[in-house]
Amino acid sequence: MYDVLIIGAGVVGCAAAMELSKYKLKVCVAEKESDVCEGTSKANSAIIHAGFDAKEGTLKAKLNVLGSQMMPELAKKLDFAYKRNGAMVLCFDKADLPKLDELEQRARNNGVDGVRVVTGDEARKLEPSLSDEVCGALVAETSGIVCPFEMTLAFAENALQNGVDFKLSTLVTGIDKNENGFTVHTSRGDIQTKVIINAAGVYADKIHAMVSSKPLGITPRRGEYLLMDKAAGSLVSRTIFQLPTKMGKGILVTPTVHGNLLAGPTAENIDDKDNVSTTKNGLDEVKAKSALSVKNIPFGKVITSFTGLRAVGDTGDFIIAQSDVKGFINAAGIESPGLSSAPAIAQYLCEIVGQILPLETNTDYIGTRKGITHFTALSKDEQNELIKREPAYGKIVCRCETVTEGEILDAINRPLGATTLDGVKRRTRAGMGRCQAGFCSPTTMSLIAKKLGIKIQDVRKSGVYSTQRRQDDE
Amino acid sequence: MNEYSLLIIGGGPAGMAAAVAAKKAGVDDLLILERDSVLGGILNQCIHNGFGLHTFKEELTGPEYAERYANMVKEQGIPFELDTMVLAVEKVQGSDKKAVTVISAKRGVQTLYAKAVILAMGCRERPRGALNIPGSRPQGVYTAGTAQKLVNLEGAKIGKEVVILGSGDIGLIMARRMTLEGAHVAAVAELMPYSSGLKRNIVQCLDDYGIPLLLSHTVVDIKGREKLEGVYIAKVDENNRPIEGTQEYYPCDTLLLSCGLIPENELTIGAGVEIDPRTNGASVSESLETSVEGVFSCGNVLHVHDLVDFVSEESARAGENAAKYIQSGIDRSSKTLAVNAGNGVRYTVPSRISLANLAPLNHIRFRVTGVYKNVSIVVSSGEKELLRKKSQILVPSEMVDLILKQDKLKDLDNDISVYIEEVGV
Repeated sequence: MYDVLIIGAGVVGCAAAMELSKYKLKVCVAEKESDVCEGTSKANSAIIHAGFDAKEGTLKAKLNVLGSQMMPELAKKLDFAYKRNGAMVLCFDKADLPKLDELEQRARNNGVDGVRVVTGDEARKLEPSLSDEVCGALVAETSGIVCPFEMTLAFAENALQNGVDFKLSTLVTGIDKNENGFTVHTSRGDIQTKVIINAAGVYADKIHAMVSSKPLGITPRRGEYLLMDKAAGSLVSRTIFQLPTKMGKGILVTPTVHGNLLAGPTAENIDDKDNVSTTKNGLDEVKAKSALSVKNIPFGKVITSFTGLRAVGDTGDFIIAQSDVKGFINAAGIESPGLSSAPAIAQYLCEIVGQILPLETNTDYIGTRKGITHFTALSKDEQNELIKREPAYGKIVCRCETVTEGEILDAINRPLGATTLDGVKRRTRAGMGRCQAGFCSPTTMSLIAKKLGIKIQDVRKSGVYSTQRRQDDE
Repeated sequence: MNEYSLLIIGGGPAGMAAAVAAKKAGVDDLLILERDSVLGGILNQCIHNGFGLHTFKEELTGPEYAERYANMVKEQGIPFELDTMVLAVEKVQGSDKKAVTVISAKRGVQTLYAKAVILAMGCRERPRGALNIPGSRPQGVYTAGTAQKLVNLEGAKIGKEVVILGSGDIGLIMARRMTLEGAHVAAVAELMPYSSGLKRNIVQCLDDYGIPLLLSHTVVDIKGREKLEGVYIAKVDENNRPIEGTQEYYPCDTLLLSCGLIPENELTIGAGVEIDPRTNGASVSESLETSVEGVFSCGNVLHVHDLVDFVSEESARAGENAAKYIQSGIDRSSKTLAVNAGNGVRYTVPSRISLANLAPLNHIRFRVTGVYKNVSIVVSSGEKELLRKKSQILVPSEMVDLILKQDKLKDLDNDISVYIEEVGV
């Protein structure tokens, strides 16, 4: 019997698991995919928003600002990439200039520091690639960029090292309420738990409907992105947003924390919760709108395009509360600024759990986590020391991102390790560069195959195949 | 002592041929740096035949061709280091030396110094992301070369029902290879109205197996969540835009991409070498020297070749010129003429010729911009016509190699122009 079962191992589920592991609770995370960070958390803008955008008094505003404030220390303690690069919101029409002042006022109301309005020329002085059409901008110093995979993994690994169980490739198929709590039926057997946290992203409505007859609406909103080569990564140093224009909600252009350039997302409500296809129209829209903000974006240097689905709730705000069913807590409708808010959402969820179960501090809680050693981030002396100790770090597998065999082995061998090509890619960046895994995937596949004891052709890009195969063989 | 006369980056066909030629010309103090665990580069996965007709006057497989050169390297005692990747090439301030930073399990991260460097890193395939094909991102989409490596070197069975986008040579070779592996290849779709592969490969790899080549077609959507389920192929108009209503669904579990090769010049750019945007390779002189003195470039990292024999020949010249640079220096006093790509010519290698450094026979290599029938290739300098050659057919997939004798060039005053003459032939 678990005290808390979290459904969904995205950034919210993993952050909640980490937070709950600070207390003497038996916690489990059930995830339908074979890895953490497989849904909305893996395909988004990777921005830690400053918190000036959300309306005053909303959970979005409160948790965003708090999350953003928590981020620098979390990144240090849990060893994930985060950078406060600042942001700008561009205005293209003089008639819209008052909207910048409104945003500045909202920032003040929300408790966001380091926000000011500048003229178009001042904006271009700060970011020389900005378009000549920019007539004013809001500058926010505390906006940041993060690696969403590393961040989610860091939360998950920290939860794991503090005793949380992770059940991957485990699809929840039904939930029965009983006097002690819940029996949760899954593709891998039943799980008993006192409390459930529903962090199932775009599927949160389906999970909710398993226990409650009250409606909870989640609409998948498709967002398409273009990712460009590192050669384009320094075109802008800040995250560049747009005020909404006549053409609709704007599109952002940002460096990523690893030095690529990212443009997107589109915003299109769809029905299919699994449809992460890109479309010609969507990618064309990203190009057209991002070109309004920044001059000479090198679209010839696109290395990949992708689509993410935001889980848009029907209330306009995050839906984080105990439902009408006692012990069943929703963490639903976590669209933007969900990534930024995740650690604060986790604290908020803990408070709600505390109203149901007694919370006793776990004095053994380990507050730091060591991530995969990224070889390129080391000094030459450190690199040489590492190679001497572990010769596998002297062998480059991914040429484009300079990822060593040592890092890939670490990604595969560590607890909650990668079992797919995408899993290795997200943990190490092997295959994330300009050749998009053309050269390194055969080597990575053979390393995974060796670890799992399967044939190379059974190693999967993503999904449950690799682990399924392993378990079926056992 | 980490000082060398010559460092050669890459131990594929280009690097090996350059090393062998430099050694023959008297450079003893040289080293080949190869990132793979064996010499031979991409040839090792090209297990089909058709290599070496020019160089060895016989038909070899890729590994056999590689072995011939690897044996020459070994017989001549040329040192090479495997599993060694170059991280950076830089000019050393106040010296004509170049600093080459390498990494290997044996050396760790170390900087080597050399008087001359030959860049022979080869090329990579254009990935799906760069092609902007909409759709999902399932398992089963590979570049043709990656699939070739998985099938030929790892013994993997990657799929049963195959569609190939792009008619580059690797894609054509893989159409045959997958068929021989028991798969069914439904079609090869090519965006352009002509193939980007060699004629002989279309005949031997597609026609012989009844595989249709759909010219002016492209993949417009990719279906399947975790595993590829099928693709939509549509016809394109003269501007290469898909024509509404022409799309057809092809169920498949494998999509191979053979849509172009890109010279791998990240190190080159880092070294401050000027790049020719037409080839994505270095801009070079008649000596195959880049804009940085003592840094030479050859093979597919310079411009993508269709025959390895041409790579070997070109790279041997780079090796000889590097030897000349090391031993006596390259004459920089004389006049330098630009070699310009005129009508119908996409680029030329070299892009400049310095008259003091002419060889008895001088190569100008180029590709045409489209299909040309019954035309003349003309090389001129001002009013002077240096060469005129009739050709029944010229296609972009086949590199043209022109040879100009020294005495034709040595007294020229004006820049050289290479162009296709379409009328009055």
